Amino acid sequence: MAERAPGDAPVAGEPPAVGGGGGATDLASSEGEELEPGPGTSGPVPGDRPRSLWSDAWHDLRRNPVFIVSGLLILFLVVISLWPSLIATRNPLSCQLDKSLDPAAPGHWFGFDTQGCDVYTRVVYGARTSVTVGVCSTLGVALAGSVLGGLAGFFGGWWDALLSRLTDIFFGIPIMLGGLVFLSMTGSRSVWTVVAFIVLLGWPQIARIARGAVISAKQNDYVQAARALGAGNYRMLVRHILPNAVAPVIVTATIALGTYIALEATLSYLGVGLQPPTVSWGADISDASQGMQFRNAPHILLYPAAALSLTVLAFIMLGDAVRDALDPKLR
Amino acid sequence: MPVGRYVIRRLLQMIPVFIGTTFLIFVMVYAVGDPVNAMFGDRAPDPATAAQLRAEFNLDKPVWQQYLLYMGHIFTGDFGNAFNGQPVTELMGTAFPITLRLAVIAIVFEVIVGIVLGVVTGLRRGRPVDSSVLMLTLVVISVPTFVTGTLAQYLLGVKWGWIQPAVSPEAPADELILPGLVLALLSLAYVTRLTRTSIAENSRADYVRTALAKGLPRSRVTVRHLLRNSLIPVVTFLGTDVGNLMAGALVTERIFNIQGVGFQLWQGIVRQNSPTVVGFVTILVIVFLLANLFVDLLYAVLDPRIRYA
Repeated sequence: MAERAPGDAPVAGEPPAVGGGGGATDLASSEGEELEPGPGTSGPVPGDRPRSLWSDAWHDLRRNPVFIVSGLLILFLVVISLWPSLIATRNPLSCQLDKSLDPAAPGHWFGFDTQGCDVYTRVVYGARTSVTVGVCSTLGVALAGSVLGGLAGFFGGWWDALLSRLTDIFFGIPIMLGGLVFLSMTGSRSVWTVVAFIVLLGWPQIARIARGAVISAKQNDYVQAARALGAGNYRMLVRHILPNAVAPVIVTATIALGTYIALEATLSYLGVGLQPPTVSWGADISDASQGMQFRNAPHILLYPAAALSLTVLAFIMLGDAVRDALDPKLR
Repeated sequence: MPVGRYVIRRLLQMIPVFIGTTFLIFVMVYAVGDPVNAMFGDRAPDPATAAQLRAEFNLDKPVWQQYLLYMGHIFTGDFGNAFNGQPVTELMGTAFPITLRLAVIAIVFEVIVGIVLGVVTGLRRGRPVDSSVLMLTLVVISVPTFVTGTLAQYLLGVKWGWIQPAVSPEAPADELILPGLVLALLSLAYVTRLTRTSIAENSRADYVRTALAKGLPRSRVTVRHLLRNSLIPVVTFLGTDVGNLMAGALVTERIFNIQGVGFQLWQGIVRQNSPTVVGFVTILVIVFLLANLFVDLLYAVLDPRIRYA
């Protein structure tokens, strides 16, 4: 059977993990070399005990400007998602219709939208929605995918055959088409409906990667040795296979996080994602383009668009940096 | 080499996937939503009329029976009628050529711009050109297509007035250039990155050094030796990219009011016109599966290291 193409049938709207192999490595290494190694800490001291993949990765990440910038941005996003009132004192749902489409005014730096809501407040509260959808979907996808895929890879047999056919079927549905069909049929949609949908269509991607990682870890000599020494299934999985198979899952999941945020926004833009009163950047951009209202009030389009793009960028940059740090082939 | 047997086996493997995928979509549309109620909007339908409609569209039978009936019709080329009586095939006949035109424009952009950028950066790994193009691709990947499209429409169509902000119903090719570029951007970034990685890896290969040592000019080595071998992953990416293009077309067609497949599909969903939705999605899934099959075959032909077994 012919090998699959690199990128292994990427689900629509999601980047094939292999897409930019080497991505920001060069950015990192070209600038990283000029950095002085930090005083003391875990620099490569001669005679030091060899570092694990994880401390090695952490060592790389701390010196990667891409990671630092995206990390700070994400930290900020998480903080304002948890406590939006820290920087926005108004209520995103209390609007004054007589202020519809008004430009920026003192105390309302981003102006007002069609409904007369404060754009700044809505942009701040939109972060909570996006971060919640991104983080929860990724956790769900990673958990479901790695458990199902990992078990299939470990035990093989009919369970593996069944799972492989099932992932084939799910890969046959481009995720955006599936979203349009599935979500439009559900009456009212909350953040959790969208998360559930993403997990439903997203898990096969991680399952394939986890399955492959477990199969290749299983064939290592030390795992065979542990088996020969009488280790049980549980011990084999938890002590020997899991630590060696988890890196590719983490890499794929981190990159996927950014794309899930973009996916939610796109679905909301198409009108099959989140509904009011949930504040969503995608839905706000859709409102702004309704009948090209941005023609006279570009601020209602530009601010949510900038916030969304910056958020997705931060997570994709993080994923890129994590991949470079964890991929041993790039060492 | 038994290429024929391999093709047949792959086609056979596609059958259960096709059945599973279409059934999943069918169940979602017909079991979760109620198309007859949707036809009447907010008013409650007259029970007799509703029953008659249900019988006419086979909606009174169990889902698996509806599915079999529907699939039987499809294989005779009958996609049924939309709820307003227009045959779905008629809608497809006008919508598909438009989307095809849009997709071809997008693919031309992807191939030409993506490969040129990829070669330029791949040959200058680590230089400023390389770093800035890489960062740029990361930004392009991060900005969702609907944002790029809306911004392009605002800036070029409304603010500066370079183009018509909406495409006319016939959608001639020259009006589709900007929407095509918007549709292409995401994949263009991937093609750039893929070509770059591939070129950078292969430029250190022995055969390149040999060709240069023989005294061939660098440009000839790049085009005839290096590029030919580096494009294999790119060609296969373009095949799997069909799914991305479909998702992008949904968004792009809505923004620029292009009456293609994405537009019709979206209309079908907004109006809960199930025959249209299932018909279009079924065709798109077939296209997607065939594209993936084609890629597998092409990959095996282009890269002789891969054997049919």
